[in-house]
Amino acid sequence: MKITLSWLKDHLDTTASLDTILETLTKIGLEVDAVKDLTQVLDPFKVAKITATTPHPEADRLKICQVDVGTGSPLQIVCGGPNARAGITVVLAPIGVTIPTNGLVIKESKIRGVESHGMLCSLDELGLGEGGGSIIELPEATPLGTPVADALHASDPVIEIGLTPNRGDCAGVRGIARDLAAAGLGTLKPLKPVKHTDVVSKPLVHLDAPEGACPQFGACLIRGVKNGPSPEWLRRKLESIGEKSISALVDVTNYFTFDQSRPLHVFDAAKLTGNLTVRLAKGGESFLALNKETYELTNQDVAIFDESGTAVSLGGIMGGLDSGVTQDTTDVLVECALFDPIGVALTGRHHGIHSDARYRFERGMDPASVVPGISQAVDLIQELCGGTPGPIQISGTEPQWRRSVTMRFARLKSLTGLDLSPTESADYLKGLGFVLTHDDVTLTAQVPSWRVDVNREEDLIEEVTRLYGLDRLPPVSLPRKEGGFGGAYSPFTLRSSKIRRTLAGRGMAEAITWSFLSSTDAERFGGGHADLKILNPISQDLSDLRPSILPNLLRAASRNRNHGVDRGALFEVGPIYRNLTPEGQIECVSAVRFGTNHADHWQKEHRNVTPYDVKADVVAVLDLCGLDTHNFQIIPGAPAWFHPGRSATIQQGPKTILGYFGELHPSILEALDLDGPVMGFEVFLSAMPARKPKAKKTFIAPTFQAVERDFAFLVAAQTPGDALVQAAAKTDPKLITDVTLFDVYAGKGIPEGFKSIALRVRIQPTTATLTDQDINALSEKIMTTITQKTGASLRA
Amino acid sequence: MHDLAHLKNQVTLEISQAETLEVLEELRINTLGKKGTITDLMKSLGSASPEERKEKGQEFNRAKDEITLALETRRAILQASALEARLAAERMDLSLPIIPEARGTIHPLTQTIEEVTSIFAQMGFVVAEGPDVESEYHNFTALNIPAEHPSRQMHDTFYMQPDADGQERVLRTHTSPVQIRAMKSMDLPLRILVPGRAFRSDYDMTHTPMFHQFEGLVIGEGIHMGHLKGCLMEFARAYFGVSDLPFRFRSSYFPFTEPSVEVDIGCTRQGGEFKIGAGDSWLEILGAGMVHPVVLENCGIDPEKYQGFAFGMGVERITMLKHGIGDLRSFFDADGRWLAHYGFRPLDIPSLLEGLSA
Repeated sequence: MKITLSWLKDHLDTTASLDTILETLTKIGLEVDAVKDLTQVLDPFKVAKITATTPHPEADRLKICQVDVGTGSPLQIVCGGPNARAGITVVLAPIGVTIPTNGLVIKESKIRGVESHGMLCSLDELGLGEGGGSIIELPEATPLGTPVADALHASDPVIEIGLTPNRGDCAGVRGIARDLAAAGLGTLKPLKPVKHTDVVSKPLVHLDAPEGACPQFGACLIRGVKNGPSPEWLRRKLESIGEKSISALVDVTNYFTFDQSRPLHVFDAAKLTGNLTVRLAKGGESFLALNKETYELTNQDVAIFDESGTAVSLGGIMGGLDSGVTQDTTDVLVECALFDPIGVALTGRHHGIHSDARYRFERGMDPASVVPGISQAVDLIQELCGGTPGPIQISGTEPQWRRSVTMRFARLKSLTGLDLSPTESADYLKGLGFVLTHDDVTLTAQVPSWRVDVNREEDLIEEVTRLYGLDRLPPVSLPRKEGGFGGAYSPFTLRSSKIRRTLAGRGMAEAITWSFLSSTDAERFGGGHADLKILNPISQDLSDLRPSILPNLLRAASRNRNHGVDRGALFEVGPIYRNLTPEGQIECVSAVRFGTNHADHWQKEHRNVTPYDVKADVVAVLDLCGLDTHNFQIIPGAPAWFHPGRSATIQQGPKTILGYFGELHPSILEALDLDGPVMGFEVFLSAMPARKPKAKKTFIAPTFQAVERDFAFLVAAQTPGDALVQAAAKTDPKLITDVTLFDVYAGKGIPEGFKSIALRVRIQPTTATLTDQDINALSEKIMTTITQKTGASLRA
Repeated sequence: MHDLAHLKNQVTLEISQAETLEVLEELRINTLGKKGTITDLMKSLGSASPEERKEKGQEFNRAKDEITLALETRRAILQASALEARLAAERMDLSLPIIPEARGTIHPLTQTIEEVTSIFAQMGFVVAEGPDVESEYHNFTALNIPAEHPSRQMHDTFYMQPDADGQERVLRTHTSPVQIRAMKSMDLPLRILVPGRAFRSDYDMTHTPMFHQFEGLVIGEGIHMGHLKGCLMEFARAYFGVSDLPFRFRSSYFPFTEPSVEVDIGCTRQGGEFKIGAGDSWLEILGAGMVHPVVLENCGIDPEKYQGFAFGMGVERITMLKHGIGDLRSFFDADGRWLAHYGFRPLDIPSLLEGLSA
């Protein structure tokens, strides 16, 4: 929403400075997004007059101009402007001046051998509009020495306000002026009294839309108008806020749109067939709009039709192309109506039409604005274009908008902490146009028609506090919470935090990647289901909710490799999505390791990362989840994105899958353009309950000497080594405190298809020192159990 | 006893000249050993008279003691120089590089989330969470954002398939729906903080389709706007580590709060350098307000009894401001070089030991 200072002053009688106005606007919720004040930028430029020109001897298109800047001695300036000629008043950029649009600094120069002492400017160069290559021609009477900003009517600061969606009334300059006046920055000027007051309730337009869609429609036929360019003041006003001046009739409607947030429309009455009807469109009807686009209307769209059945306007959004006014229009039908904000929003969104009218209707139109709006418009059209207006004919009725809202002063205080006097509170509201009665306890406010956003006590409280100024609100510390020594994190959140910091401690870099990915990547990693597709994705690369974090990390690894990083480890703790229910969102930790385990080193040779590297990460993660090797199983194999022989599934019991780890499948790496080998893991944290902190048991140092026994077994090559460890440990869990697998060997001396595995078993007696006999018996038992469970045989 | 004195002098001389421990041991055996020279002389005492034996015996013992002392002294010297020689031989060049260990890092957004959480934890907030895929009800309707309200369009919503009952589902456009979930499920009074992902269909220099937000919600009896200001002012000053940080409330509009405010902190851009703190300029950091009574009613809370405030801020934004990070999109690139530069060490855990205002 753009306004200019002078336009604001049409409505606001104020002596406040621009800075005070800007500060106040922002303070009261009309945030100033930008201010354009050209006065300073244009200050070094001068108004000058060309006194004589001669052709340039070397260039047909250049002229040598003698330019008078009021100093007595004319400057010689070489100019390429086709309109440069003696007698015209121009804008001069003297030596040393910087051209705002291109940063060019004007210097003494020779152009094709002729000295030039400055430059004559075009509108384009000053950033003020399109001059088509011609230099600026100021009105002849402009005195030399006039500030250029004034001469160009560019001295008016333009203020851009980021309007919040609740303030439809401030989508016009007058509403903003009213707010500023209420905030103490002057007084709101009264509107000019209307002249054309011939209002009749004889409808000119037939309303056939559903109840509430178009409650009131004002129309006025003015015959014998003469359309043409707008007068200077109106053209300038519109241009100053970046709008194009089109013709007097159209400009009048735009003027009221921006001045009072009251959109209007003008039809060329000669192009309408018969009377108009406002109704819902039928399927199959189409509408050719002013923007030259054709829209297929739906049976939800409220449009205006003439008797030929042509849609001539889309209610509250845009007029039609064919029924619009032109320079030749003589009879004009002025429209000023109310349309339902929701209907306008729906239709506008459905067709993707953004217009100044829609912007205002959506935010809520003053329900009492039809008669004053059309009356003012008719007056102005008559003033600019002449013609004879018929009566203003009103269809429908003004909706019931009168209501009063009560505010308790005690509530104002309890909600805001502000202790304002009833009088002060009342004054703010009066300034906004509320009609009040109040005592010391409550205040009852009749809400003005334009404040469609005020409906309850809190709305009034907001009005009072914003005008009082929230910057004056005293801050108060929150009272201390009783027993507030608990942690802020839930056990789950805390666990995720510890996992992040543990993995970072293991040399990995935490990444945060998109929750989405391409459907191709999703399909590669077990996703791509229809329900996980975003209905309106922002791009093909970000179309599906991720079934796994791995593809995003692998893509990142690939980018890192392309940057010349030849080793790395990335992890992410975050959501993956199995379905759209809250339970379908799984907290997951995933990681990739790629390249070598460390850089070249004089002492220790580096090697490629292996699945055991990520297994170590997984064990660290599971440890933070309260699980040690007794609480989960490592089952060979993992989903298809892993190397089938170098991956495993971490399982708890036959059904609960805690995660996967291993080497990524070479064909996946190829598809993702990543050099292998690459290791990865994913652990589904949501699958594990958060660990409850347990009180520690009393420590008792072992009284008896522990003993260790080594065993070497011959076992089939495909038997998991861990099976032997587990079998040994379970032989006598009370006595056996540790089983270490310390050697694996296959090759010379071992039969084909077998491997040798060596275990060290630590036996910790608890009640008495074990005799040789006891130990031998236990050893026998260990060997038997292992043989029974794994088919291994003791090596001779 | 001339022989003894002579022998002793000769032996001690030899001991003092012994160059190795082996030579020294040989000398010991040759003098004090079973067949050593001193031992031989002592044996000759057997034939002497008792008086003579007593007198000479003492002389022998003294000589023997002196030789033993000389041997030990010399042994200590030789051992020390042998150790020195060994140590000299064992010298290592410790300037050589260690086996390189990768330095792991914590993402700056994680760090911000934990810093912010710690500051609000000080004020009694606990963390609450909610799903990324939300019903339209939680994301909009319950928050007093009706279907065709223009503010819904400011959200650029990502839509998912509706649920079995035809209820629209969206990727949450803010963390605010967790307000609704918390108010419906938690006991009052409550103070919660909701860090999490949010999604909007917008991708340019200053917007990414996924970003992080913090939602704060305090509901209780007598909680007013002054508390909101105090709470956020304390937060901003602690987070940015500027104890006199200029701080202001500006009136604004959000459908789910009333009155609503936007919060600015002071900054300066003098000389082309940006700095948070007292200065000539303001910078918006978050939006907040008193929870709208309609929202309280939607959650079954009596607005005449309970009231409170809510606030929401962008995690990326305050991270960029604090650490001078220029490009929003770089947060999600997982560029190892960027992570190494902006990342935090694993043990940089915000705590009261170190202080929450970094």
